[in-house]
Parts: sequence; C-alpha cells; structure tokens
Amino acid sequence: MRQRARDHGAPGTLTDDLSLPETDQASLPAEPLAELAARYQLAPSAARPGAFAYARRLWDRRHFIVGFATARNVAMYTEARLGQLWQVLTPLLNAAVYFLIFGIILGTSRGVPNFTAFLITGIFIFNFTQRAFITTSRVMPDSLQLIRALPFPRASLPIGYVLIELEQLVMSMIVLTVIVLATGEPLTWYWLLALPALGLQAVFNVGMGLFLARLGAGAEDFSQLMPFLVRTWMYASGVMFSIQTIASLRRHPAVTYLLQVNPAAVYISLVRNAILQSQRRAWPGTKPYNAARCALYYHDSRAVYDSAYCHATVSMPQLWLYGAGWAVVALVVGFLFFWEAETRYGRG
Amino acid sequence: MADPTVIVDNLHVVYRVYGAGGDKGTAATALMRVLKRQRRPSVRKVEAIRGVSFVVYHGDAVGIIGRNGSGKSTLLQAIAGLLPPERGCVYTSGQATLLGVNAALLDDLTGERNVVLGCLAMGMTPQEVKERYQSIVDFSGVGTFIDYPMRTYSTGMAQRLRFSIASAKDHEILMIDEALATGDANFRAKSEERIQQLRDAAGTVFLVAHNLAEVEASCNRVIWLEKGKIVMQGYDVPAIVDSYLAATGGEPLQRDKQ
Repeated sequence: MRQRARDHGAPGTLTDDLSLPETDQASLPAEPLAELAARYQLAPSAARPGAFAYARRLWDRRHFIVGFATARNVAMYTEARLGQLWQVLTPLLNAAVYFLIFGIILGTSRGVPNFTAFLITGIFIFNFTQRAFITTSRVMPDSLQLIRALPFPRASLPIGYVLIELEQLVMSMIVLTVIVLATGEPLTWYWLLALPALGLQAVFNVGMGLFLARLGAGAEDFSQLMPFLVRTWMYASGVMFSIQTIASLRRHPAVTYLLQVNPAAVYISLVRNAILQSQRRAWPGTKPYNAARCALYYHDSRAVYDSAYCHATVSMPQLWLYGAGWAVVALVVGFLFFWEAETRYGRG
Repeated sequence: MADPTVIVDNLHVVYRVYGAGGDKGTAATALMRVLKRQRRPSVRKVEAIRGVSFVVYHGDAVGIIGRNGSGKSTLLQAIAGLLPPERGCVYTSGQATLLGVNAALLDDLTGERNVVLGCLAMGMTPQEVKERYQSIVDFSGVGTFIDYPMRTYSTGMAQRLRFSIASAKDHEILMIDEALATGDANFRAKSEERIQQLRDAAGTVFLVAHNLAEVEASCNRVIWLEKGKIVMQGYDVPAIVDSYLAATGGEPLQRDKQ
C-alpha cells in the first residue's frame, strides 16, 4: 500500500512520498473486537454514565469544583494593583452608575419607596444571574485544553463558574447590607428570608448554566449573542423600575403577570421583600383592596405606599412557589441536557 | 496470553477546526456567505485517526511512533476518553490516564494552589492532597518559587511542576506524551526514574516519543502511525523502528551489540 504523505515539518529529511510496507493486521485476534471486549468486561472509554451515576461522580469531585471556583476567583484580580478590593469596588461602582442614570437623570424613582435600596438590590441580584449566564455560555470553548487533558465530569466546569459568581455575590451582599442599612431600612428577622431566596436563585443559575454551557459548546455565535439577550432581559425584569408603576401596563394584567413571574423578577422581588421593609409594605395585596387609594397610587407620586391597596398581581407566597418551581425545572432540564452530550465536549 | 486491557476497534477521530483559511475574514465576506446560504468554509474537518485497530495486553509497554501530525497524541486522547470517536470504539479495563505537559494549570495562581488544584482534578481527596503536597513540591525542585504565581516561572520550572503534579498518582493504564522528559539533566534523570516507577505500578503503558532509542529501551511493542493509520505494529521493536527510519530517511540507530 502506498500512501501520499505530506511534510508536516517533522525533523529529518522527509520525502514527499513515503514508501510504506504492507499494513500489519495479522496480530489482531480472530474474534470480533467488540466480543473480545465484552468477554473481558472492558468498558468503552468514551461511555456516558447514567444520569444518577453521573450526579454521583459530580459529587465525588465537589472538592475540585470548589477549589476550581476559588482559584479562578483569586486569579481574576492578581494583575490589579488593588487586588481583591475589586470584588467590593465593582458592585459599588455599578450601583453608583445606575443610581446616577436611573435615579437622578431619568428619575424612574417615581412610585418606589426608598428607590436607592430598591435599585441597588435589583442590580446586585440580577448581576448574579447575568454574570452566571454570560460566563457559562463561554465555559466549554474556554476550557477545551483542560477538557482534553484530564478526565472529570464536564458539568464541573459550568457549576464551578456559577460558584465563582456566587462567591462574588457574597461580597456584593456585604456591600448591599451596608447600603441598605444606611438608607434607613431596619434590620429584621425578615432578612433571613434572603438566604433561601438566593439559594433558589443559585440553583436556577446552575441549571441554566448547564443548559447554556452545552449551547455555547456548539457555536461561538451563541456566546456572542448572550450579553444582548441578558441585557434585554434585565430591562424587562424590573431591575431599575417597579413593574407595578408602568402606566401602559395597567390595562394589560396578563403582561404584568408574565413580567412579574419571570425568574429574574421573582428572585429580585423575593430578596427585596426580605431585606427592604419599604418594599414589603408597598407590595400590592398586603392591605385590603381599596379602589380609591389604589387609584391614588397611580396618580399621586407622593403616595408611594398606596400600591399596597391594589390587587396583587402575584402574591408573596406565589412568588416563593414560582422561585422554587423555576429552580427545580431549570436544574432538571439543564442537567439532563448537559449530561446528554457529556462525551462530545472534547471535540470542540 | 495475558488479559487484554485496551482494545481499539476500528477507531476514527475527526477534529473540527474553526478559523482555518480560505476566507478573507471580513464582515462583508461573512455576510455574503450567510446570504448565499453557504456553510462556513473556515470550518474544516481533520481526520486525525482513520480506522485504527489493535489489542493491548496486561504488561505491555507500547511505543507509538510516527511523524509530526500522524495522530499519535490524538490516539492517546481518544484512548483516555477525552476525545470522542467519530466511528469505532475504544474499550479499556479502567480509566486511562494521560500524562501530558498541557494539563491546564492557572498561570495567575501560585504554584502552591496549582498543586492542590491539579491533584483535586485527578480525583484525589483533600486529605490525600495534604499528604502528598510536600513530596510533589520537593520533587519539582522549584523551591521558594512555590509561593509565586506560575506566570513568573521559567518554562522549565513550570514543566517540572506540572510533571510533578501529574506523576503524583499511580495509574492503571498510563499514557505518556513526549516532551515530558524536559528540564535540566538532573531533573530528566529524576523524571525518568519516576516514569519507571509509574510503569512498574501501571498494568499497561503507552509512550509517545520521537526519541527512538528511548522507545527501544522501554517498550516491548511498537505501533507506527502515518496519517492516522497503522503502518506497522508488533513486538519486534528494532525491526519496525528500522523500517520507520528507512521510510522517513533518518539515520539508522546505533545499537550496542551484546
């Protein structure tokens, strides 16, 4: 058998045509190789474990996932002179910019009590999901070297990236606590509700992160598009305004409802209602319905708490149900979707 | 005959390469392509392995030789399950581990953190990492640099640390990609000794090397790849090495007559 062989830059004097001897197949056993493998109980090296076995393997590598997340977090700021201080400065600067634009210049604070705390809470909570979505949609192409070097459950990577964002969120929450208390909100037992709310949001982010990681593994186009999708989502989720106050939505309760039960709005509302007494008091449905006072809310910008007399679009217990529902659905769908392509991520 | 540990059955591996040439790479050409509903010409398929079959038995040390780009490293990655086969299958008796210098470590982190992370990635528990940490650092010989970020390391130091991490564990099926024997003469001697220990502990070893004397010294069997296919393979190592050298026009090996 003669083959054409092109010079790939190997050392030595290579001729363009290699004169090759006959291929040696004689040393193969007589029986089909698949049967031989079965007889000696050899398993395919690129086999995908079952969903439950896969989850167990992930659990076995939990130390790697946490170590990977912590290490990436530390590495992120080593080139900056202020170092880890940026973990706090970044959310602070973000809050300052949005407050300048939406609070002072555009004046969207209309109809929202304690707008500063409302806005900054919304930004910090949305930022967690936003960053998780953008980074996980890039994680597979970015980690191709690692994927081709070491065997480990690939879901470790998107989960690790969400953990990185969770660690950043912890820093943000410390900053947020200081800001919220400084704006005059009292520290109450309700604050503890922020923990399960953030927990559900983290589960949602992990599930969506797994989903997006697989989409992003196929085509770079997707991760290019992601920042725009997420920004559009932010403007629809009541981050810098109250969905309740949009006058044009008053005649479209279905649209208001859909906006309020979208996952980002749900987790933002849950945290706001936990740490902001002003938000709890203004939440529609917390006072008995009173048509006159509800109407006042829409016409008098000083009656910011009168929204409590309107009908609730989504009640607080319903918010928790939606929060839990989104988290479970995202996790199950995302996990199965990612797991299904487990053996193919090395291909790039 | 011993039990088989690795069975490669008609393996095909295809890479998809993005950003290969054939396009001016401007936005205008990209738009025309979309309008004409053409596939991206810059996505190319590279058939790295094209129908390879062999059976390796317990105790074999297999040398894989071939020119650059012949598919040697790809074959090892496929055996380790890191690259999915396009067709065919690889069966192994356990997890095959690839010792390569490319194992991704984070350059911005200190050597210390890289050691811990690398060990965790290989599946060690935090307790095991703690136990082996000092011996890994000592073996690498990077000294006080272990507290510095890895981007400040010289190439040799980084390779030494990577090798120390990768070789900290015993592996059932061990695959060693060339370039491992890096560093100065002192470290090369140490690492060759370590590879020998790993070989003794492992049931089966694969070795990719351009150094044919090394292949002859440490392998009982050799596979010669060319353009993703097996040209020759078998247990008569010197004969195959000689044919390989004859075909590629290399100097014949000087063997000590014993």
